[in-house]
Amino acid sequence: MPVSAPNSELIYQALKSTGVRVMSALPETWLVHLIRLAEADSEMTLVRLAKEEEGVGISTGAHLSGVKSAMLMQNHGFLAAVNGIVSCAQLYRIPLLMIISLRGDFGERDPWQTEGGLVTEELLRALRIPSARLEHPSHVQERIQKGMTLAYASNRPVALLLCRDLMWEET
Amino acid sequence: MKRLDALQVIYPELEQAVVVTIMGAVAAELQSIGHRPNFFYLQHAMGLASSLGLGIALARPELQVIVLDGDGSVLMNLGGLSTLARYRPRNLLHVVFDNESLLSVGGFPTATSTGTNLAGVAAAAGVPHTATVRDLESFRQEITAALARNDLATIVAKVDATGPAGFLTDLGLLENRFQFQRCLRDWPPRQARA
Repeated sequence: MPVSAPNSELIYQALKSTGVRVMSALPETWLVHLIRLAEADSEMTLVRLAKEEEGVGISTGAHLSGVKSAMLMQNHGFLAAVNGIVSCAQLYRIPLLMIISLRGDFGERDPWQTEGGLVTEELLRALRIPSARLEHPSHVQERIQKGMTLAYASNRPVALLLCRDLMWEET
Repeated sequence: MKRLDALQVIYPELEQAVVVTIMGAVAAELQSIGHRPNFFYLQHAMGLASSLGLGIALARPELQVIVLDGDGSVLMNLGGLSTLARYRPRNLLHVVFDNESLLSVGGFPTATSTGTNLAGVAAAAGVPHTATVRDLESFRQEITAALARNDLATIVAKVDATGPAGFLTDLGLLENRFQFQRCLRDWPPRQARA
């Protein structure tokens, strides 16, 4: 599977270095290595969800209990989680770190991903959620660290977009 | 059974636990009995109270968490029951007040009024202990047993579709949130630890 294992490892270690100890996730192709890394790590609590919106509740509970967390999801999962993001994380000022795979962008081959790709960044802007694209390994550590810093300073959600050039090794 | 009376009956247990409630009548009635800093009222995001309780229970396994849920909210996040069961936090008690209606928005009937059995759904999702109760004494017994068992349980309490005249209280949402977070930093209180 041409999902980049080294870059997934880089992302995982960056998340751990910011203090993340709870990860909620719903699998999608680009996230497979990240989820397996969390699963194999005895210092990480991985919460496998039925639907992404649950992850907002998990992260809110973890934050109020003093534990840092991150949500791993596809952009369509972000679309499915919007009410939770607005009426839990934003209403209650929760620093919610969202790691979102940006499917449906340039280079996408799966027709079913293309509509979600068109609206993801527009929707993040409409929700006033700051976001940064992770397109190159050099972006990973710094942008994840800065994203977490902003999430905690603002007590608000922040999104990091996993892009094709970082996640997918063309064969 | 009235929900307010049911809340009164378990209030001594709630005082000792970390409590997460849904919005509407549950939040307003619990506050009318007495707000505590260890009570958090999720005043929107219907369905997520149980997920929020799971997040606390997994992050802080030493805390006893009690989620006060409702039929309308549970029906919006039935998948969440499967996630609860999957992780089976032994420190989480899930109470569902089932009045078979969306009381705060006009009392329209929910699917539990036409036969959906939420204790059955929870059991089939894998929650190890479930019960449905219809009177205060059974409710008290099931709550006491669930807390003593030290395992995940979903207790569905069938209650009347009646509630307070209004749902607004003078506890600000963010006031509640920051007070609750501070409270959890040092919970249980030191004098109760010995």
